[in-house]
Amino acid sequence: MNKDKIIICRCSDVTLEDIHKLLEEGYTSFEDLKRLLRIGMGPCQGQTCAELVRKEIANFLHQKAETVPIHKTRPLTIGVKLRAIAEGAKDEN
Amino acid sequence: MKTNIVIIGAGISGVSIAYNLAKMGQKGIIVIDKSYMTSGATGRCGAGVRQQWATKSNCEMAKRSIEFFEIAEETLQYEGGIEFKQEGYLILATNNEEVEQFKKNVELQNSIGIASRAITVDEALKIVPHLNPDSFLMATFCPTDGHLNPFLMTDAYYQAAKRLGVDFHFFENVKEIVSEHGQVQKVITDQDTYKTNIVVNAAGGYAREIGLMAGVEIPVYSEKHEILVTEPISRIQGPMVMSFSKNIYCQQVPHGSFLIGRGDPTVPHDHDITSTWHFLDEMAKTVADILPKIGELRVIRQWAGSYNMSPDKQPIISDVPTLEGFFLACGFSGHGFMFAPMTGILLSEIILKKPTTLDVGDYHLHRFKTNTIRETEKSVV
Repeated sequence: MNKDKIIICRCSDVTLEDIHKLLEEGYTSFEDLKRLLRIGMGPCQGQTCAELVRKEIANFLHQKAETVPIHKTRPLTIGVKLRAIAEGAKDEN
Repeated sequence: MKTNIVIIGAGISGVSIAYNLAKMGQKGIIVIDKSYMTSGATGRCGAGVRQQWATKSNCEMAKRSIEFFEIAEETLQYEGGIEFKQEGYLILATNNEEVEQFKKNVELQNSIGIASRAITVDEALKIVPHLNPDSFLMATFCPTDGHLNPFLMTDAYYQAAKRLGVDFHFFENVKEIVSEHGQVQKVITDQDTYKTNIVVNAAGGYAREIGLMAGVEIPVYSEKHEILVTEPISRIQGPMVMSFSKNIYCQQVPHGSFLIGRGDPTVPHDHDITSTWHFLDEMAKTVADILPKIGELRVIRQWAGSYNMSPDKQPIISDVPTLEGFFLACGFSGHGFMFAPMTGILLSEIILKKPTTLDVGDYHLHRFKTNTIRETEKSVV
């Protein structure tokens, strides 16, 4: 299958080819790939793509996957409407 | 190893300085960063670029920097594009003091050719229809202000600098700066020792600590500012909406998400960049007040970064009178990204002892010692 048809990040439509291209250009940390391709920045927050990208980096660097750091997990766990947060905060006061 | 120039920090200021020095013909430039590119304030910022300032120096810096962003892709030969969106900044005045100040600001901005104007609530609603008309008294608008992608802009400078021979060392920690007889001699890192006579401190949130390594007291501190991003939606907001009094900036980026951020004047002066629920609660209330429709969007992530604050909230772009060969680009007080094109040009001119493109008197380190701060910037979120 063509690498440009294999979607790694479903939130931002990033393909395997996009990732391999940047790895070859020397961007070999997850944080670099995240900033240039938006992987891990969409609604799923990297829950789908992070492990796949980690494997690609590990293969490229000939390292074990567990030695490759991935992105920092940030709040929120799930998307919440700003209005709901504002209303919730009112009840607490 | 021996080298000519060591730049500490690979954020937007460091890469811009590296590029400009190389373009002016300098060889042997090394940029050292303790982490990956844009790991500090650059990669965390809201990335708006505006010319609506309250001091003349900042207006000039911003105007010329925006003129560079307009031609950055061609000048730096950056194929990917920097996603520069020039749809203005709409700044809301919510009290009488702001109304008076903003009128003065527009007069100043117009005097140096910045196309800002004071507008009524009705005119503002034509530009951003989802504003709550009861939440402000008037506004100012400058159509050539805008927003661009901070990662791609940094990458554009980085790639151009590399082509000109600049060397980048990521994940390398500066441990010591050695000077003798009032002249910089060496930079020692956890990986190497660099013999050099020129060191640039572009360390963002850690500029004070880098200064102290060289025995130079820089009166800056780091202050946490928080930010959130929503799910992406189709385009509904062109300009950045901003209010100093309500402490908010809110921009829909080309990708469709909204970036919404602010600082908290009560936070301690330190390197804390953890996210808080307090920010989320308070910001959600402000959004519900000013931009009720945006309240319908889901927040998908929040983070924080450090502003490197100076006493007059203006940058320090300067040599150091007590230490030959040590140069500063710090204290940007939240505006290092938007001023970076001029920061690179001006500091390169200072280092190479050339006449500077703009008067940099307001930005010299000396102003704090001699108490000759000319003006303090009030237009800060």
